Amino acid sequence: MTTFLFYFFAILTVVAAAGVIAARSPMYSAMSLVGTFFCLAAIYALLLAHTIAVLQVLVYAGAIMVLFLFVIMLLSLGEAVGPAKVTFPRVVGGIASAVLFAFLVVAARPFVPVGAQPPPSFGTLQSIGAQLYTQWLAPFEAVSLRVLVARVGAVVVAKSRV
Amino acid sequence: MSDGLLHGVVYSVLIVSVVLTATAMALWFERKFAARMQTRLGPTIVGPIGLLQPVADLLKLLQKEDIVPDNADAAIFNLVPPLAALAALGAAAVVPFSPSVVASDLDVGVLYVLAIGAVTVLPIFGAGWSSNNKLALLGGMRAVAQSISYEVPLLLSAMVPVILSGSLRLGTIVQMQADHHWFVVWPFFIGLPAFGIFMLAMLAEANRIPFDIPEAESELVAGVTTEYTGMKFALFYMAEYVHTIVASAVGAALFLGGWDGPFFPGLHWMVLKTLLLFTAVYWVRWSLLRFRSDQLMGLCWKWLVPMGVLLVGAAATWVVVFP
Repeated sequence: MTTFLFYFFAILTVVAAAGVIAARSPMYSAMSLVGTFFCLAAIYALLLAHTIAVLQVLVYAGAIMVLFLFVIMLLSLGEAVGPAKVTFPRVVGGIASAVLFAFLVVAARPFVPVGAQPPPSFGTLQSIGAQLYTQWLAPFEAVSLRVLVARVGAVVVAKSRV
Repeated sequence: MSDGLLHGVVYSVLIVSVVLTATAMALWFERKFAARMQTRLGPTIVGPIGLLQPVADLLKLLQKEDIVPDNADAAIFNLVPPLAALAALGAAAVVPFSPSVVASDLDVGVLYVLAIGAVTVLPIFGAGWSSNNKLALLGGMRAVAQSISYEVPLLLSAMVPVILSGSLRLGTIVQMQADHHWFVVWPFFIGLPAFGIFMLAMLAEANRIPFDIPEAESELVAGVTTEYTGMKFALFYMAEYVHTIVASAVGAALFLGGWDGPFFPGLHWMVLKTLLLFTAVYWVRWSLLRFRSDQLMGLCWKWLVPMGVLLVGAAATWVVVFP
Protein backbone atom coordinates (compact mmCIF):
# COMPACT_ATOMS: atom_id res chain seq x y z
CA MET A 1 0.00 0.00 0.00
CA THR A 2 2.80 2.39 0.97
CA THR A 3 4.68 1.54 -2.21
CA PHE A 4 1.59 2.17 -4.31
CA LEU A 5 0.96 5.51 -2.60
CA PHE A 6 4.60 6.45 -3.03
CA TYR A 7 4.53 5.84 -6.78
CA PHE A 8 1.18 7.59 -7.09
CA PHE A 9 2.50 10.75 -5.41
CA ALA A 10 5.93 10.49 -7.02
CA ILE A 11 4.42 10.45 -10.49
CA LEU A 12 2.06 13.30 -9.57
CA THR A 13 5.01 15.30 -8.24
CA VAL A 14 6.95 14.89 -11.47
CA VAL A 15 3.90 15.72 -13.59
CA ALA A 16 3.14 18.84 -11.53
CA ALA A 17 6.79 19.88 -11.56
CA ALA A 18 6.89 19.49 -15.34
CA GLY A 19 3.73 21.62 -15.44
CA VAL A 20 5.54 24.40 -13.60
CA ILE A 21 8.09 24.83 -16.38
CA ALA A 22 5.84 23.80 -19.26
CA ALA A 23 2.92 26.14 -18.54
CA ARG A 24 2.99 29.34 -20.58
CA SER A 25 0.88 31.35 -18.14
CA PRO A 26 2.60 32.26 -14.84
CA MET A 27 -0.66 31.59 -13.00
CA TYR A 28 -0.73 27.99 -14.22
CA SER A 29 2.93 27.60 -13.27
CA ALA A 30 2.13 28.82 -9.77
CA MET A 31 -0.83 26.45 -9.46
CA SER A 32 1.32 23.52 -10.61
CA LEU A 33 3.89 24.52 -8.03
CA VAL A 34 1.21 24.30 -5.33
CA GLY A 35 0.42 20.79 -6.58
CA THR A 36 4.11 19.88 -6.41
CA PHE A 37 4.35 21.11 -2.83
CA PHE A 38 1.34 19.07 -1.76
CA CYS A 39 2.62 15.89 -3.42
CA LEU A 40 6.02 16.40 -1.79
CA ALA A 41 4.27 16.82 1.55
CA ALA A 42 2.47 13.52 0.95
CA ILE A 43 5.79 11.82 0.20
CA TYR A 44 7.30 13.25 3.40
CA ALA A 45 4.33 11.87 5.30
CA LEU A 46 4.89 8.45 3.71
CA LEU A 47 8.50 8.65 4.92
CA LEU A 48 7.13 9.10 8.48
CA ALA A 49 8.34 12.71 8.56
CA HIS A 50 4.96 14.18 9.57
CA THR A 51 6.44 17.35 10.96
CA ILE A 52 8.31 18.14 7.76
CA ALA A 53 5.17 17.34 5.75
CA VAL A 54 3.04 19.77 7.73
CA LEU A 55 5.74 22.43 7.67
CA GLN A 56 6.03 21.97 3.92
CA VAL A 57 2.35 22.80 3.51
CA LEU A 58 2.41 25.60 6.09
CA VAL A 59 5.50 27.38 4.83
CA TYR A 60 5.67 26.62 1.12
CA ALA A 61 2.06 26.13 0.03
CA GLY A 62 0.71 28.59 2.57
CA ALA A 63 3.16 31.45 2.93
CA ILE A 64 5.57 31.39 0.02
CA MET A 65 2.99 30.63 -2.65
CA VAL A 66 0.85 33.54 -1.52
CA LEU A 67 3.83 35.85 -2.04
CA PHE A 68 4.42 34.34 -5.49
CA LEU A 69 0.78 34.89 -6.41
CA PHE A 70 0.92 38.47 -5.17
CA VAL A 71 3.94 39.16 -7.35
CA ILE A 72 2.26 37.58 -10.37
CA MET A 73 -0.83 39.70 -9.83
CA LEU A 74 0.98 42.96 -9.15
CA LEU A 75 3.24 42.57 -12.18
CA SER A 76 0.21 41.50 -14.27
CA LEU A 77 2.36 39.59 -16.73
CA GLY A 78 0.93 38.98 -20.17
CA GLU A 79 -1.13 35.84 -20.70
CA ALA A 80 1.38 33.92 -22.80
CA VAL A 81 5.05 34.44 -23.42
CA GLY A 82 6.44 33.47 -26.81
CA PRO A 83 8.05 30.07 -27.47
CA ALA A 84 11.10 29.35 -25.36
CA LYS A 85 14.39 30.49 -26.91
CA VAL A 86 17.74 28.86 -26.32
CA THR A 87 19.88 31.56 -24.74
CA PHE A 88 23.27 31.38 -23.07
CA PRO A 89 21.98 31.81 -19.46
CA ARG A 90 19.44 29.07 -20.06
CA VAL A 91 22.09 26.67 -21.33
CA VAL A 92 24.26 27.42 -18.30
CA GLY A 93 21.24 27.00 -16.02
CA GLY A 94 20.39 23.69 -17.64
CA ILE A 95 23.92 22.35 -17.23
CA ALA A 96 24.04 23.56 -13.63
CA SER A 97 20.78 21.78 -12.78
CA ALA A 98 21.98 18.58 -14.44
CA VAL A 99 25.22 18.68 -12.42
CA LEU A 100 23.30 19.41 -9.20
CA PHE A 101 20.96 16.51 -9.92
CA ALA A 102 23.92 14.17 -10.49
CA PHE A 103 25.48 15.29 -7.22
CA LEU A 104 22.23 14.74 -5.34
CA VAL A 105 21.87 11.24 -6.77
CA VAL A 106 25.43 10.38 -5.73
CA ALA A 107 25.02 12.00 -2.30
CA ALA A 108 21.65 10.42 -1.54
CA ARG A 109 22.67 6.87 -2.47
CA PRO A 110 24.28 5.84 0.85
CA PHE A 111 21.15 6.96 2.74
CA VAL A 112 18.72 4.67 0.98
CA PRO A 113 17.70 2.24 3.75
CA VAL A 114 16.95 -1.34 2.82
CA GLY A 115 14.18 -2.57 5.08
CA ALA A 116 15.55 -0.55 7.98
CA GLN A 117 13.11 0.02 10.85
CA PRO A 118 13.15 3.65 12.06
CA PRO A 119 13.05 4.30 15.81
CA PRO A 120 9.55 5.11 17.15
CA SER A 121 10.53 8.71 17.90
CA PHE A 122 11.48 9.25 14.24
CA GLY A 123 9.90 12.32 12.68
CA THR A 124 8.29 13.59 15.87
CA LEU A 125 8.66 17.23 16.79
CA GLN A 126 10.56 16.32 19.98
CA SER A 127 13.28 14.40 18.17
CA ILE A 128 13.61 17.08 15.47
CA GLY A 129 13.80 19.83 18.08
CA ALA A 130 16.35 17.93 20.17
CA GLN A 131 18.59 17.33 17.17
CA LEU A 132 18.17 20.85 15.86
CA TYR A 133 19.25 22.45 19.14
CA THR A 134 22.07 20.05 20.00
CA GLN A 135 23.71 18.29 17.08
CA TRP A 136 22.89 20.86 14.40
CA LEU A 137 22.91 24.01 16.48
CA ALA A 138 25.71 25.76 14.56
CA PRO A 139 24.15 25.31 11.07
CA PHE A 140 20.77 26.31 12.51
CA GLU A 141 22.19 29.54 13.93
CA ALA A 142 24.01 30.20 10.66
CA VAL A 143 20.74 29.89 8.75
CA SER A 144 19.01 32.21 11.23
CA LEU A 145 21.73 34.79 10.70
CA ARG A 146 21.33 34.48 6.95
CA VAL A 147 17.56 35.00 7.22
CA LEU A 148 18.19 38.09 9.35
CA VAL A 149 20.58 39.47 6.74
CA ALA A 150 18.04 38.77 4.00
CA ARG A 151 15.36 40.56 5.97
CA VAL A 152 17.51 43.64 6.51
CA GLY A 153 18.40 43.54 2.82
CA ALA A 154 14.71 43.40 1.86
CA VAL A 155 13.97 46.44 4.02
CA VAL A 156 16.87 48.36 2.46
CA VAL A 157 15.76 47.45 -1.06
CA ALA A 158 12.14 48.39 -0.39
CA LYS A 159 13.02 51.56 1.48
CA SER A 160 14.78 53.18 -1.47
CA ARG A 161 11.54 53.11 -3.44
CA VAL A 162 9.22 54.44 -0.72
CA MET B 1 -0.80 0.48 8.24
CA SER B 2 -4.02 -0.83 6.71
CA ASP B 3 -5.73 -0.77 10.12
CA GLY B 4 -4.82 2.87 10.52
CA LEU B 5 -5.96 3.55 6.98
CA LEU B 6 -9.34 1.88 7.56
CA HIS B 7 -9.80 3.79 10.81
CA GLY B 8 -8.91 7.03 9.03
CA VAL B 9 -11.28 6.42 6.13
CA VAL B 10 -14.23 5.42 8.33
CA TYR B 11 -13.80 8.37 10.68
CA SER B 12 -13.22 10.80 7.83
CA VAL B 13 -16.47 9.75 6.13
CA LEU B 14 -18.28 10.01 9.47
CA ILE B 15 -16.88 13.40 10.38
CA VAL B 16 -17.36 14.86 6.91
CA SER B 17 -21.02 13.76 6.85
CA VAL B 18 -21.61 15.11 10.35
CA VAL B 19 -19.93 18.43 9.60
CA LEU B 20 -21.84 18.85 6.33
CA THR B 21 -25.16 18.05 8.02
CA ALA B 22 -24.26 20.47 10.78
CA THR B 23 -23.52 23.07 8.10
CA ALA B 24 -26.99 22.65 6.59
CA MET B 25 -28.55 23.04 10.02
CA ALA B 26 -26.27 26.00 10.73
CA LEU B 27 -27.78 27.79 7.75
CA TRP B 28 -31.23 27.39 9.24
CA PHE B 29 -30.00 28.27 12.71
CA GLU B 30 -28.28 31.42 11.54
CA ARG B 31 -31.36 32.66 9.73
CA LYS B 32 -33.57 32.00 12.73
CA PHE B 33 -31.03 33.57 15.07
CA ALA B 34 -30.61 36.68 12.91
CA ALA B 35 -34.38 36.96 12.59
CA ARG B 36 -34.78 36.91 16.40
CA MET B 37 -32.16 39.62 16.75
CA GLN B 38 -34.02 41.79 14.26
CA THR B 39 -37.52 40.95 15.60
CA ARG B 40 -38.41 38.99 12.48
CA LEU B 41 -39.60 35.41 12.16
CA GLY B 42 -37.09 34.00 9.69
CA PRO B 43 -37.93 30.92 7.62
CA THR B 44 -41.32 29.47 8.61
CA ILE B 45 -42.84 28.04 5.43
CA VAL B 46 -40.77 24.99 4.47
CA GLY B 47 -41.22 22.22 7.02
CA PRO B 48 -41.98 22.68 10.74
CA ILE B 49 -40.57 26.05 11.94
CA GLY B 50 -38.75 26.28 8.61
CA LEU B 51 -36.47 23.34 9.40
CA LEU B 52 -36.37 22.14 5.79
CA GLN B 53 -35.30 25.55 4.48
CA PRO B 54 -31.66 24.42 3.84
CA VAL B 55 -32.97 21.54 1.71
CA ALA B 56 -35.09 23.96 -0.30
CA ASP B 57 -32.10 26.30 -0.69
CA LEU B 58 -29.94 23.45 -1.89
CA LEU B 59 -32.54 22.29 -4.43
CA LYS B 60 -32.82 25.85 -5.71
CA LEU B 61 -29.04 26.16 -6.08
CA LEU B 62 -28.85 22.80 -7.86
CA GLN B 63 -31.34 23.97 -10.49
CA LYS B 64 -29.51 27.21 -11.28
CA GLU B 65 -27.73 27.56 -14.58
CA ASP B 66 -23.98 27.02 -14.35
CA ILE B 67 -22.36 30.03 -15.99
CA VAL B 68 -18.67 30.39 -16.81
CA PRO B 69 -17.93 33.94 -18.02
CA ASP B 70 -16.48 34.13 -21.54
CA ASN B 71 -13.21 35.75 -20.53
CA ALA B 72 -12.77 33.75 -17.36
CA ASP B 73 -9.96 31.24 -17.08
CA ALA B 74 -12.28 28.22 -17.17
CA ALA B 75 -9.86 25.59 -15.86
CA ILE B 76 -8.98 27.42 -12.64
CA PHE B 77 -12.49 28.90 -12.36
CA ASN B 78 -13.98 25.39 -12.23
CA LEU B 79 -11.22 23.88 -10.13
CA VAL B 80 -11.25 26.17 -7.12
CA PRO B 81 -14.79 25.82 -5.62
CA PRO B 82 -14.33 22.17 -4.61
CA LEU B 83 -10.82 22.99 -3.39
CA ALA B 84 -12.26 25.70 -1.16
CA ALA B 85 -14.70 23.23 0.39
CA LEU B 86 -11.96 20.62 0.74
CA ALA B 87 -9.57 23.02 2.48
CA ALA B 88 -12.30 24.04 4.92
CA LEU B 89 -13.15 20.42 5.72
CA GLY B 90 -9.51 19.30 5.99
CA ALA B 91 -8.88 20.76 9.42
CA ALA B 92 -11.68 18.64 10.93
CA ALA B 93 -9.44 15.56 10.60
CA VAL B 94 -7.48 16.23 13.79
CA VAL B 95 -10.26 17.66 15.99
CA PRO B 96 -10.87 15.34 18.96
CA PHE B 97 -14.65 15.12 19.37
CA SER B 98 -14.26 12.74 22.32
CA PRO B 99 -11.33 10.76 23.77
CA SER B 100 -11.83 8.15 21.05
CA VAL B 101 -13.67 9.91 18.22
CA VAL B 102 -10.88 11.51 16.21
CA ALA B 103 -9.97 10.74 12.62
CA SER B 104 -6.23 11.11 13.13
CA ASP B 105 -4.69 12.45 16.32
CA LEU B 106 -1.50 13.73 14.68
CA ASP B 107 1.40 14.58 16.95
CA VAL B 108 1.62 17.91 15.09
CA GLY B 109 -2.17 18.46 15.11
CA VAL B 110 -2.09 22.18 15.91
CA LEU B 111 0.46 22.83 13.16
CA TYR B 112 -1.69 20.81 10.78
CA VAL B 113 -4.76 22.95 11.50
CA LEU B 114 -2.73 26.12 10.93
CA ALA B 115 -1.26 24.70 7.71
CA ILE B 116 -4.71 23.91 6.33
CA GLY B 117 -5.84 27.38 7.38
CA ALA B 118 -2.93 28.89 5.47
CA VAL B 119 -3.88 26.95 2.36
CA THR B 120 -7.51 28.15 2.33
CA VAL B 121 -6.42 31.45 0.75
CA LEU B 122 -5.20 29.72 -2.41
CA PRO B 123 -8.67 28.75 -3.75
CA ILE B 124 -10.03 32.18 -2.84
CA PHE B 125 -7.16 33.81 -4.65
CA GLY B 126 -7.62 31.51 -7.66
CA ALA B 127 -11.31 32.38 -7.80
CA GLY B 128 -10.59 36.10 -7.71
CA TRP B 129 -7.98 35.86 -10.44
CA SER B 130 -9.73 33.47 -12.78
CA SER B 131 -13.07 35.31 -12.75
CA ASN B 132 -11.52 38.09 -14.85
CA ASN B 133 -13.63 40.60 -12.98
CA LYS B 134 -12.15 43.59 -11.23
CA LEU B 135 -14.44 43.28 -8.22
CA ALA B 136 -13.58 39.62 -7.79
CA LEU B 137 -9.88 40.38 -8.16
CA LEU B 138 -10.02 43.16 -5.57
CA GLY B 139 -11.92 40.85 -3.25
CA GLY B 140 -9.31 38.16 -3.74
CA MET B 141 -6.44 40.54 -3.00
CA ARG B 142 -8.15 41.79 0.13
CA ALA B 143 -8.83 38.24 1.28
CA VAL B 144 -5.23 37.18 0.79
CA ALA B 145 -3.80 40.28 2.47
CA GLN B 146 -6.14 39.78 5.41
CA SER B 147 -5.44 36.09 5.75
CA ILE B 148 -1.67 36.33 5.72
CA SER B 149 -1.76 39.19 8.24
CA TYR B 150 -4.03 37.37 10.65
CA GLU B 151 -2.09 34.14 10.37
CA VAL B 152 0.55 35.71 12.65
CA PRO B 153 -1.69 36.37 15.69
CA LEU B 154 -3.47 33.07 15.01
CA LEU B 155 -0.21 31.18 15.25
CA LEU B 156 0.92 33.11 18.33
CA SER B 157 -2.35 32.56 20.20
CA ALA B 158 -2.44 28.87 19.27
CA MET B 159 1.07 28.55 20.69
CA VAL B 160 -0.21 29.47 24.17
CA PRO B 161 -2.12 26.21 24.87
CA VAL B 162 0.69 24.34 23.11
CA ILE B 163 3.26 25.77 25.50
CA LEU B 164 1.02 25.32 28.55
CA SER B 165 0.37 21.67 27.75
CA GLY B 166 3.74 20.93 26.18
CA SER B 167 2.26 19.16 23.18
CA LEU B 168 1.11 19.89 19.63
CA ARG B 169 -1.30 16.94 19.76
CA LEU B 170 -4.87 18.20 20.18
CA GLY B 171 -5.84 15.08 22.14
CA THR B 172 -3.06 15.67 24.67
CA ILE B 173 -3.94 19.35 24.97
CA VAL B 174 -7.56 18.44 25.83
CA GLN B 175 -6.44 15.67 28.22
CA MET B 176 -4.18 18.17 29.99
CA GLN B 177 -7.12 20.53 30.45
CA ALA B 178 -9.32 17.67 31.68
CA ASP B 179 -6.64 16.76 34.26
CA HIS B 180 -6.03 20.33 35.44
CA HIS B 181 -8.03 23.37 34.34
CA TRP B 182 -9.39 24.65 31.07
CA PHE B 183 -6.93 27.17 29.70
CA VAL B 184 -9.50 29.99 29.73
CA VAL B 185 -10.12 29.32 33.43
CA TRP B 186 -6.57 28.94 34.70
CA PRO B 187 -4.21 30.71 34.11
CA PHE B 188 -7.01 33.01 32.93
CA PHE B 189 -4.79 36.09 32.49
CA ILE B 190 -2.93 34.16 29.79
CA GLY B 191 -5.59 31.81 28.48
CA LEU B 192 -8.48 34.25 28.20
CA PRO B 193 -6.75 36.91 26.07
CA ALA B 194 -5.15 34.18 23.96
CA PHE B 195 -8.59 32.69 23.41
CA GLY B 196 -9.90 36.11 22.37
CA ILE B 197 -7.07 36.63 19.90
CA PHE B 198 -7.55 33.13 18.55
CA MET B 199 -11.26 33.66 17.87
CA LEU B 200 -10.69 37.10 16.32
CA ALA B 201 -7.95 35.79 14.05
CA MET B 202 -10.08 32.77 13.12
CA LEU B 203 -12.97 35.09 12.23
CA ALA B 204 -10.63 37.15 10.09
CA GLU B 205 -9.30 34.05 8.35
CA ALA B 206 -12.82 32.85 7.64
CA ASN B 207 -13.68 36.35 6.35
CA ARG B 208 -16.65 36.71 8.65
CA ILE B 209 -18.15 39.98 9.82
CA PRO B 210 -16.70 42.23 11.20
CA PHE B 211 -13.82 41.10 9.01
CA ASP B 212 -15.74 40.45 5.79
CA ILE B 213 -13.94 43.20 3.89
CA PRO B 214 -13.12 40.82 0.99
CA GLU B 215 -16.81 40.47 0.15
CA ALA B 216 -18.10 43.84 1.29
CA GLU B 217 -21.47 43.84 -0.48
CA SER B 218 -21.70 47.60 -0.72
CA GLU B 219 -18.32 47.92 -2.44
CA LEU B 220 -17.46 44.67 -4.19
CA VAL B 221 -20.86 43.07 -5.01
CA ALA B 222 -19.84 39.70 -3.52
CA GLY B 223 -16.06 39.68 -3.72
CA VAL B 224 -14.52 36.56 -5.21
CA THR B 225 -17.87 34.83 -5.61
CA THR B 226 -19.30 37.57 -7.85
CA GLU B 227 -19.12 35.48 -11.04
CA TYR B 228 -20.07 32.15 -9.50
CA THR B 229 -23.52 30.65 -9.93
CA GLY B 230 -25.44 27.66 -8.67
CA MET B 231 -23.54 24.83 -7.03
CA LYS B 232 -20.13 26.46 -7.42
CA PHE B 233 -21.33 29.44 -5.42
CA ALA B 234 -22.89 27.02 -2.96
CA LEU B 235 -19.51 25.33 -2.46
CA PHE B 236 -17.88 28.65 -1.54
CA TYR B 237 -20.78 29.51 0.72
CA MET B 238 -20.61 26.10 2.36
CA ALA B 239 -16.83 26.39 2.77
CA GLU B 240 -17.35 29.55 4.82
CA TYR B 241 -19.77 27.86 7.18
CA VAL B 242 -17.65 24.72 7.46
CA HIS B 243 -14.63 26.87 8.21
CA THR B 244 -16.53 28.62 11.00
CA ILE B 245 -17.73 25.33 12.50
CA VAL B 246 -14.30 23.71 12.36
CA ALA B 247 -12.67 26.85 13.76
CA SER B 248 -15.15 26.80 16.65
CA ALA B 249 -14.36 23.14 17.30
CA VAL B 250 -10.60 23.81 17.29
CA GLY B 251 -11.09 26.80 19.60
CA ALA B 252 -13.16 24.65 21.95
CA ALA B 253 -10.46 21.96 21.99
CA LEU B 254 -7.57 24.38 22.49
CA PHE B 255 -9.03 26.65 25.15
CA LEU B 256 -12.38 25.39 26.47
CA GLY B 257 -11.32 21.92 27.49
CA GLY B 258 -12.71 20.09 24.45
CA TRP B 259 -14.65 17.02 25.52
CA ASP B 260 -14.05 17.64 29.22
CA GLY B 261 -17.17 18.16 31.32
CA PRO B 262 -19.30 16.57 34.05
CA PHE B 263 -22.30 14.17 33.78
CA PHE B 264 -22.53 13.79 30.01
CA PRO B 265 -20.26 11.86 27.63
CA GLY B 266 -17.38 13.82 26.08
CA LEU B 267 -18.97 14.02 22.66
CA HIS B 268 -21.94 16.00 24.03
CA TRP B 269 -19.68 18.54 25.67
CA MET B 270 -17.57 18.97 22.58
CA VAL B 271 -20.65 19.54 20.40
CA LEU B 272 -22.13 21.90 22.97
CA LYS B 273 -18.95 23.99 23.22
CA THR B 274 -18.56 24.09 19.44
CA LEU B 275 -22.16 25.25 19.05
CA LEU B 276 -21.69 27.90 21.73
CA LEU B 277 -18.66 29.35 19.97
CA PHE B 278 -20.45 29.10 16.65
CA THR B 279 -23.41 31.04 18.08
CA ALA B 280 -21.04 33.65 19.46
CA VAL B 281 -19.57 34.10 15.99
CA TYR B 282 -23.04 34.72 14.57
CA TRP B 283 -23.95 36.97 17.43
CA VAL B 284 -20.97 39.13 16.50
CA ARG B 285 -21.85 38.88 12.85
CA TRP B 286 -25.35 40.23 13.25
CA SER B 287 -24.53 42.96 15.76
CA LEU B 288 -21.33 44.59 14.53
CA LEU B 289 -20.45 46.67 11.50
CA ARG B 290 -17.64 46.05 9.07
CA PHE B 291 -14.13 47.34 9.75
CA ARG B 292 -12.25 49.45 7.25
CA SER B 293 -9.20 47.83 5.68
CA ASP B 294 -6.73 50.10 7.50
CA GLN B 295 -8.50 49.55 10.84
CA LEU B 296 -8.25 45.83 10.23
CA MET B 297 -4.51 45.96 9.60
CA GLY B 298 -4.02 48.35 12.52
CA LEU B 299 -5.85 46.00 14.87
CA CYS B 300 -3.77 43.06 13.67
CA TRP B 301 -0.28 44.56 13.70
CA LYS B 302 -0.58 47.12 16.47
CA TRP B 303 -2.61 45.14 18.98
CA LEU B 304 -3.02 41.46 18.32
CA VAL B 305 0.56 40.63 17.27
CA PRO B 306 2.31 42.42 20.18
CA MET B 307 -0.23 40.96 22.60
CA GLY B 308 0.32 37.53 21.10
CA VAL B 309 4.09 37.80 21.55
CA LEU B 310 3.60 38.93 25.16
CA LEU B 311 1.21 36.05 25.85
CA VAL B 312 3.60 33.48 24.39
CA GLY B 313 6.33 34.89 26.66
CA ALA B 314 3.98 34.84 29.63
CA ALA B 315 2.96 31.25 28.93
CA ALA B 316 6.60 30.17 28.66
CA THR B 317 7.38 31.92 31.95
CA TRP B 318 4.35 30.30 33.58
CA VAL B 319 5.45 26.84 32.51
CA VAL B 320 8.95 27.42 33.91
CA VAL B 321 7.80 28.96 37.22
CA PHE B 322 4.90 26.55 37.93
CA PRO B 323 5.81 23.31 36.18
